[in-house]
Order: sequence, then C-alpha cells, then structure tokens
Amino acid sequence: MSNRRINWYKYAAPANFYPRAGKMIPFFAVPAVILFIVGMYVGFFVAPTDFQQGESYRILFIHVPAAWMGMFLYVMLAIYAGIGWAFNARLASMMAQAIAPTGAIFTFISLVTGSLWGRPAWGVWWVWDARLTSTLILMFLYIGFISLQSSIDDVRRADRAGAVLALVGVINVPIIYFSVQWWNSLHQGATISKNSFKMAPSMAAAMFLLLGACWLYSIAVVLVRLRYIIREREQEAPWLAEVAA
Amino acid sequence: MNWSKFFSMGGYALYVWGSYGVTFVLLVGEVLMLLKRKRNLARRENPQPATNEPRLNTSLQGIQ
Repeated sequence: MSNRRINWYKYAAPANFYPRAGKMIPFFAVPAVILFIVGMYVGFFVAPTDFQQGESYRILFIHVPAAWMGMFLYVMLAIYAGIGWAFNARLASMMAQAIAPTGAIFTFISLVTGSLWGRPAWGVWWVWDARLTSTLILMFLYIGFISLQSSIDDVRRADRAGAVLALVGVINVPIIYFSVQWWNSLHQGATISKNSFKMAPSMAAAMFLLLGACWLYSIAVVLVRLRYIIREREQEAPWLAEVAA
Repeated sequence: MNWSKFFSMGGYALYVWGSYGVTFVLLVGEVLMLLKRKRNLARRENPQPATNEPRLNTSLQGIQ
C-alpha cells in the first residue's frame, strides 16, 4: 500500500490546475471525434428502420444525448457554482462559468432536434406541455446565468450572484426529468428505464456512442474554456507568465 | 447501397439531416468561438510592439 495521498487542494489552485488541464484535453477530444464517427455509422448504417416512425426516429440518437447533457451539465454547473460560493473557491466558480455555454448549446440542440422530430411524429413543431416548457426554462436558466455573470464587473460578486441563480434553478432539472410521468404529455416516456428497454440493441448502441461522444466533447470544450477563463481572470498573476507563454 | 434513397431518409430528409446539421454547426461553431477567444487572448497577452515610425508624418510630407 502506498502512503501517497492525492492532495486535492493542490489542484484547486488555478496555477496547478492550468498546465494539468492542458495535458488532459487531447485525451477527451480525440476519443470524442472517434465515438462521434462510430456512433453516426451505427446510427445510419447499422440500426434498422423503425416500424412505426420510419427513418425519422434517427433523430433520437442525437436528441436524447443532447437533452441528457443539457440537464447533467446544469447540475454540474450548480454544484460547482455552489462550491465556489460556499468555500470561496475561485476555480470552482470558473468551472461553473466554463460549463454554462456548452450546457446552453446542448439544451438548444435538444429543443431544435425535438422540434424537428415533433413535426413528423406529432404533426406540430412545438406544444406547451410540461417536458418542452421545462426544457425551455432550462435554456433560459443558462442564458440568465451567463448574462447575470457578464453583467457584474466584480468577478467574485458575479460568481456569487450566478451561484444563487444556478442553485435556485436546479429544482427545474427533476421537473424536466419526471415531467413525462407527472403530467400527460405528447412527449414519449423514458426510453431507457430500469424495467424496460424499448429499443433494438443497435439503436441503443448508436445512442450511447453519441452520448459518450457528447460527454467527452463537453469535457474537452469545458477544459479549454476553463483555461481561457483562468487566463482572462488571472492576467496579473506571475505564474501565468511562466505557463501561458 | 442506394445513396439517393439514403439521403431522402424515407421522406424525412429535412427533419433528420436538419437535426444533425444544426448539431454539427453548433458544436463546430463552439470550437471556432474558442479558437477566436484564444487568438484574442494571445493578442492581449503579447501585444505587438508599436512601431516608432510616425505614420502621420509621411502623409504630411506629400502635402508640403
């Protein structure tokens, strides 16, 4: 047994985190591209045509991962914003700030692809039902977080204000998730649940491959953005001159 | 493999390719925005040294 313990506090300091994050980025970015290509191949050339929806169901492969990422990234954003606020940890607040645009983009993708799927499946682009409305609110929460943070000049004050918004808004995530059970909805129920698995294996494979791609993409992009935020915020710090050059 | 049949997506081409097109454009756009941010940062961190040549002077010489 090794006595060495990881000193987590060490990596909470931007000066230690910055170079380490830079080295990690390719390990997420490259597999993201590979998984995306494989997932698209399985989704379009291996997965069979759906007997009810024909080819239109293939939107599912990107719609479901995008919707999950939108929700998951919001929870992560709220956790990091909360840690940054409670423990005055500036790196955690920067992480929340780095997650927000990516989460907003995935939420937007889930809304647009859902609309493009709703038109052939339900005959309408949009309905004001619980699932769709709560997802739209999630989109506004992301936009609200980003604009609130950018409207306050003092960054630590901006972090605290953003954290309050993020933590209050997190209540929306379980509402989105359970909305199809709590209310009548045009939206179909959970595709993947504990007791049922309503998809052909190749369909599920395509969806999970793209989910993996979205995950790895998000990590890579958030780390890149986090490094830029660190550089923007800590331009006066002497350590930056050494590593950023 | 019949490609025109593949691209027509059983009549759902607009919806299916629209979905993947929007996704692709947004994700690539996000990466491009980050590259732009990187360039702006590099420019701010290492500003080009201003040249000592007084540009205004040369044009004034033509007037005289």
